[in-house]
Amino acid sequence: MTDQAAVEARNAARHYGSGQSVVKALDDVSLTIRKGEFFTLLGPSGCGKTTLLRLIAGFETPTSGQILLSGQDITDIPPNKRKVNTVFQSYALFPHLSVAANIAFGLEMLGRPKAETAARVEEMLALVRLDQMADRKPAMLSGGQQQRVALARALAPGPEVLLLDEPLSALDLKLRKEMQLELKRLQTETGITFVFVTHDQEEALTMSDRIGVMRAGKLQQVGGPREIYNGPVNRFVADFIGETNFLTGTLEAGRVRLPSGEMLDVPEATGQGEVTLAIRPEQIRIDPEGALEARLTQTVYFGTDTHCHLQLKDGTEIVARLQSPPSGDVGLSIGETLRLSPVPGSVQVLEGD
Amino acid sequence: MSRRDFNIAAMPGFATIAIAAFVLLYMPIVTMVIYSFNASDSVALWGGFSLRWYAIAWENDFVKEATVRSLVLAASAAVIASALATLAALGTTRRKRFKGQTFIYVMINQPLMVPEIVTAVALLIFFAAIKKATGYTGLGYLILAHSAFCVPFAYLPIRARLEGMDLTLERAAADLYATPFQTFRRITLPLMAPGIAAGAMLSFVISLDDVIITEFVKSAGQDTLPTYMLGQLRRAVTPEVNAISTALLVLTVLMLTAFFLLTRKRG
Repeated sequence: MTDQAAVEARNAARHYGSGQSVVKALDDVSLTIRKGEFFTLLGPSGCGKTTLLRLIAGFETPTSGQILLSGQDITDIPPNKRKVNTVFQSYALFPHLSVAANIAFGLEMLGRPKAETAARVEEMLALVRLDQMADRKPAMLSGGQQQRVALARALAPGPEVLLLDEPLSALDLKLRKEMQLELKRLQTETGITFVFVTHDQEEALTMSDRIGVMRAGKLQQVGGPREIYNGPVNRFVADFIGETNFLTGTLEAGRVRLPSGEMLDVPEATGQGEVTLAIRPEQIRIDPEGALEARLTQTVYFGTDTHCHLQLKDGTEIVARLQSPPSGDVGLSIGETLRLSPVPGSVQVLEGD
Repeated sequence: MSRRDFNIAAMPGFATIAIAAFVLLYMPIVTMVIYSFNASDSVALWGGFSLRWYAIAWENDFVKEATVRSLVLAASAAVIASALATLAALGTTRRKRFKGQTFIYVMINQPLMVPEIVTAVALLIFFAAIKKATGYTGLGYLILAHSAFCVPFAYLPIRARLEGMDLTLERAAADLYATPFQTFRRITLPLMAPGIAAGAMLSFVISLDDVIITEFVKSAGQDTLPTYMLGQLRRAVTPEVNAISTALLVLTVLMLTAFFLLTRKRG
């Protein structure tokens, strides 16, 4: 990975409709994706992540703004002249062509010599472990195999950037996990920049070098998985990535006064006034000296850990995730009153919503 | 069978109605085919087995001429109608839905909805004006008329085929450096080809069968097989008509078999 830009969006916007009923699918997004990184665009459906991907592929043109590929403005260049290839959500394999002919298609269109194309197809088939399937038609393959053909076809011409539009959403859980590792392996082996679109936060966290979280056509936060998980910039990001408890209170000189009157030390917070605090369930400890009093309302056993549903004095419901002891029983009884404290440094102070 | 399941096949009288319907559909055809091998001069009295009427029809110059004309007409109409229908189907399916799409469908399918006799009269008047102005009386009028009413029959299977094709396929081709023409040539056309062939075959059969419009549009001496047969019926009816009909039937069955084989979903 280098600091060179593979893809840049400069104030890119895509609007549909006009006048009062205009829909801003993409609302003034600026973003730099670095060469060789695995970049994920993450967000709920309708957040604009697929629109941004289409702008990079060239299937749609921005209403305003620019798209750059390796520093060159490609905003007005048609998709067949962009050194970018796509793995489609539906795979879009050509049903009348064999697996090998599908993979060869891009190279043929580029006018590469026959021998070179054949060698490259062999190489790609080996890369996605489908050597035996070269002559099959796509309809004769399983979903996972079709997925790998789509990958091989998109990688064969050696694109500068590979775009992946929710490619794993049609696979079952086990296969999806397998393909996540496979994708990461392919990205590392080929060194090609991957731009991956998903609504699955776990997928984003496990595979990405960096993640861009989107909402309602706007980029909310860009950063590494740890940065995004541990330092969400707003309530939306904190809520969308993993599970989070939200508390509201008033910040006064490094301490937050909760509605119950309890005071929570947040030394890293500055300023004052109304704030929202985000605390991850796994960052809450049972602590006889803890600042918060809570009543246990329910425990849910998840194997590796146990989720304790708790009610604070002011009525706020929170969840604490405790590691299950070898006996499997955390030794707490429903209705019991406990004292809690967040792990120092784990409390996020969020502004706005 | 269980009382809870509704099964129309178990309703009283179902078998009777079904058999009656099939008899009604096929008995006349079977009778016609059998009587085409009749040795006697009558269409109603059986006089023993013979290929006599096939031989007579074969030697009849009017029949020969009408057959050639019918085939030329049907082939021309099939080619023109399926070419037009291909363009129409591409224009109405290979894009996002647009305003007025349903209206366009109705417009394209006009010949299916307007009574044929109305179209026939309209064409008669329209072509009469052109004939007067240009003096041209060739087969062109019939080819134009047949091509026009065959368009919806060609359009339906082509459109059905295209609607079953993911729009992303063309996107994928463009993404893999294919120009719009290469995309059409390498992806769209091969995938829609069975639909086009089916549309052409259906048009061929529909054209071959047409009486009303042909009767109104044709100039003197431009009998097709169906209009020739209609003319024969006005005079003495002989089993020659049965023989010609049977030959047409065989041709049509062959064409329709090909049509179903082409439109059948393939794994």
